[in-house]
Amino acid sequence: MPDTPKHPPFKLIGKNYTTPDLVAKVTGKAKYAEDYRADGMLFAKLLLSPIPHARVRKIDASAALAMPGVKAILTADDMPKPADALTDLGARIPANPLGERGLTNEPVYQGEPILAVCAVDELTCAEAIEKIRIDFERLPHAIDPLETLRPGTPNARVEGNVWIRPPVPKGQQAPPPQVKELKWAEADFAEIEHGRLPMGKLHPDGVDVAPQSDEWSFGDVDEGLKKADLVLDETFTTPNTSHQTLETRTAMAYWQNGKVYVHCSTQSTQPTAPAIARWLGLVDDKGQPDVSRVVIISEYTGGGFGSKITSAISAIIPAILSKKTGAPVMMRVSREEEHFIGRARPSIQGRLKVGFTKEGKITAVDMFVILDNGPYDPQGDANNSGRMLSLMYQPPAMRWRGVTVLTNTPPRLSQSQPGGFQGIALMEPVMSKASRKLGIDQVALHRMNAPEGKAPIGAAPPGGKRAYVTSAYIKEALDRGSEMFEWERRKAMPKRSGTKARGIGVATSCFVGGSVGFDGLFIIKPDGRITVQSGIGNLGTESVTDSHRVVAEVLDIPWEKVEVVWGNTSKNLPNSAPSGGSQTTHAMTRAAWATAHDAKKKLQEIAAKDFGGNPEDYEVARERVFRKGGGSGMTLAQAAKRAIELGGVYDGHEVPAGISPYTKASVQALAGQGLLAVAKDTMPRDGVTHSYVAGFAEVEVDLETGKYRIVDYMAVADVGTIIHPRSLGGQILGRSTLGIGHAIGQKWVYDSHYGIALAKRFHYNKPPTILDVPAKMTWDALDIPDPETPVGARGIGEPPVGAGCCAILNALSDALGDDIFRRAPVNPDTILASLEAGRPMQEQFTAHI
Amino acid sequence: MPEANTGDTPKGLSRRNVIKGVIAAGAVSGAAYLFRGSMVRAGGAAAGSVERLVTLNVNGRERRVDVMKQETLATTLRYKLGLTGTKLGCDRSECGACTVLIDDVPHYSCSILTHTARGKNIVTIEGLAAADGTLHPVQQGVIDEQGFQCAFCMPGFIMATVGFLKVNPNPTREELAHGISGNLCRCQDYDKILTAMMRGAQLSRT
Repeated sequence: MPDTPKHPPFKLIGKNYTTPDLVAKVTGKAKYAEDYRADGMLFAKLLLSPIPHARVRKIDASAALAMPGVKAILTADDMPKPADALTDLGARIPANPLGERGLTNEPVYQGEPILAVCAVDELTCAEAIEKIRIDFERLPHAIDPLETLRPGTPNARVEGNVWIRPPVPKGQQAPPPQVKELKWAEADFAEIEHGRLPMGKLHPDGVDVAPQSDEWSFGDVDEGLKKADLVLDETFTTPNTSHQTLETRTAMAYWQNGKVYVHCSTQSTQPTAPAIARWLGLVDDKGQPDVSRVVIISEYTGGGFGSKITSAISAIIPAILSKKTGAPVMMRVSREEEHFIGRARPSIQGRLKVGFTKEGKITAVDMFVILDNGPYDPQGDANNSGRMLSLMYQPPAMRWRGVTVLTNTPPRLSQSQPGGFQGIALMEPVMSKASRKLGIDQVALHRMNAPEGKAPIGAAPPGGKRAYVTSAYIKEALDRGSEMFEWERRKAMPKRSGTKARGIGVATSCFVGGSVGFDGLFIIKPDGRITVQSGIGNLGTESVTDSHRVVAEVLDIPWEKVEVVWGNTSKNLPNSAPSGGSQTTHAMTRAAWATAHDAKKKLQEIAAKDFGGNPEDYEVARERVFRKGGGSGMTLAQAAKRAIELGGVYDGHEVPAGISPYTKASVQALAGQGLLAVAKDTMPRDGVTHSYVAGFAEVEVDLETGKYRIVDYMAVADVGTIIHPRSLGGQILGRSTLGIGHAIGQKWVYDSHYGIALAKRFHYNKPPTILDVPAKMTWDALDIPDPETPVGARGIGEPPVGAGCCAILNALSDALGDDIFRRAPVNPDTILASLEAGRPMQEQFTAHI
Repeated sequence: MPEANTGDTPKGLSRRNVIKGVIAAGAVSGAAYLFRGSMVRAGGAAAGSVERLVTLNVNGRERRVDVMKQETLATTLRYKLGLTGTKLGCDRSECGACTVLIDDVPHYSCSILTHTARGKNIVTIEGLAAADGTLHPVQQGVIDEQGFQCAFCMPGFIMATVGFLKVNPNPTREELAHGISGNLCRCQDYDKILTAMMRGAQLSRT
């Protein structure tokens, strides 16, 4: 193996420290959205649709409005039209006329908010809601994605049952996606009898779709399968799982001097202002969101996992009610309501045909997926499942096909490793089975098919070349993990002991690990201290301060002299990465690096002005700028005073070209306070940034009850340079456990006749508790810097999920063989029934059982 | 302000109607969770009714507070006494975010009627640190280990741990895990939480 890169020794990067938000958290002083109060604050409550699909014919709220204490009622007619949205990676999706508006006159899932009542307190709201009479026209509903593809079945929306992406006219923005009706032939469904997923048409006949939107390929798949020594044709189903953030999407809002102040729960701070502005219809004459009229306050957020990337559309309900009533309005969202409006990961039913040589090398993958999209915006999970599979297992040839089906179930949204998780979860059972069929060790099989270096990903765009990643060292992670986990020793242990069976499993997983192009902003104050403006959200990952350790590292200033300002968009923040898609650590350490070098350059220039010579003759260290090799120099405090005297670019009175208008406004507001450092990350990057995790698990199954326990779990991450070990460890094991939840129990259960959710809240839709995982879990990270980013750090929020889930699934198969399960989660009753029958007994093709 | 707050049992909010409301609208998750801004009516309590103005001992202080008979302790703490460190994650004994100590025993304050806590010592997360700001050993354990991520569950976990350590001051990791298994963390940061709580247990003994 070639030598791997090493990063230089760091003083702060890679070291543990106490984050500045922690004392407030342990003393209960940290304020989340629901903890704010405002004088004269009113309350709001939602009326949710009791049925999965209907049209509101008439709302009679007269009795409610006549009640003392009731201030206003908000219906869909009061809501702004659907607005553009930001993707996980910050790109804009044009408004979808069939998108959500927060309230609706055509509920498309049980629990969709129809109206909101605002009153002096919540009990009055609840009383008022009881007095409201709604005349519904019931419409047919669809709960099961496969069922709605059968001829003659109902559609989830009046317009149809599948999303398609129309072709993009030359030189224009992509038009909004469209809903069409797609029905397969009855004969297509004969595959179900053989335990295989039916594979019908991808879109209705006569409908044009954008190239590669529902099918792409590279290499010669047919040839690859033909020359394979082993071809597996496997169908697997992943679960729908609610994000279930512990803090619901509660929000409080008020207006002052034409500005709306929104206290909300959000993963990102700065990027939430434009999102809320757009949802509220606050746009300037160019159609851009008018962020000057929105202030977001979110110092602490109680979890997001992809469900609150820029807060939630429900946050505009108290904002509009506040405008209507002229008073602050708090809308607390209950756990019951959160189940419906709190977002979820979409299930994928997938079929994979995979060819292997007898040595274990993958020759080709033919992949077909059906995405259970819910009723609203099309999610990227179907496409991403194929893309991540293509990276993780490096097939030389692959075809991906996907159908995105609408159902009358709660709206879906990106959840940690969106699509990537499903792709890994579809493929890992195939890897596990191939390992047994071919007699090849699980680790060896993963290793020989793993990406290395600038490995290719996805299909080439029309007329272009395949994209490739910045780096991949997952093979090293597998090597280190096998050693730490004592894989060989565990492998040699007996699989049976009385009524217990044990098994070990390994899984590899990957996802996007960073974006580029954001801004940094900080000031060296005349007292020699640094104030960093952080637009990053504080959702618990600690990237809100971790990223800025880079500033102190580059300038060689003690961390104690750095203050981080965060959590309030009125505090002059820079254009920052949305905290979604694991982009923050990569994007914002780059921005911090660029900005620290802007400060360094300004310090050197100031020294050269005062002491003569060239700026390059000076260096910055130990809180000083001084002539190299000793001699004249000044402290950072003195340099900050000089910067104010010099003005111009030095103290922010002159704004450099190229930075975002949002950052520019913040620079102008902060000008004159010291040496102002501001920069946009324009540094080159060769490849697309991805991160990787290898997960290892041992399970023990009780053959008499089907119950199993996780004996051990360990994960090794390839995420570049380690910035903050403790927060990294929390992410690796925390996200692994989120994945483990998908293996051991989380799912939805529906009454499909009435379209009503049966498993709601925490108790019936239970995420892992502290007793579901081993009391001691282990993690490690390679700490090999990514060569395409200056500090070398990549994001970690996503890849542990697939590794966690699939290490458990593969360990179960190692213990019990191939004929136990065909879908996740795997419950004790599945194991027991299948063991007794000698074949998989869990119904495979019905959703939500 | 003669509106809305005319009594502690809202007219028309009978049990039957609440149940109907849940079925019809799916919106109401039990009246006890709902916040009622309240004003004390003139005159004493009617015969057979519960006194509304009660005294609670919270974090070592006597607090006079106006409480409806169906009000939960979590609501009283958060909305009447301004102690927002106690979090509501589920409002129905599923998550433990609202855990407080009542006479040294951890309880879900979302599922305790405030009236039943009269005459007892209630301790919330705000009451753990010493008056001079010195943190409780379990709080210090979190600082030492950078425990928890989003920390919305943290007050509940800390209170559950403090309560558990009173009966088992020297637990193993497994014992402590059992002791605090009534608390849910959605960041699923259990390993680091246990490490921090074990550190807190160690500091509590020294």
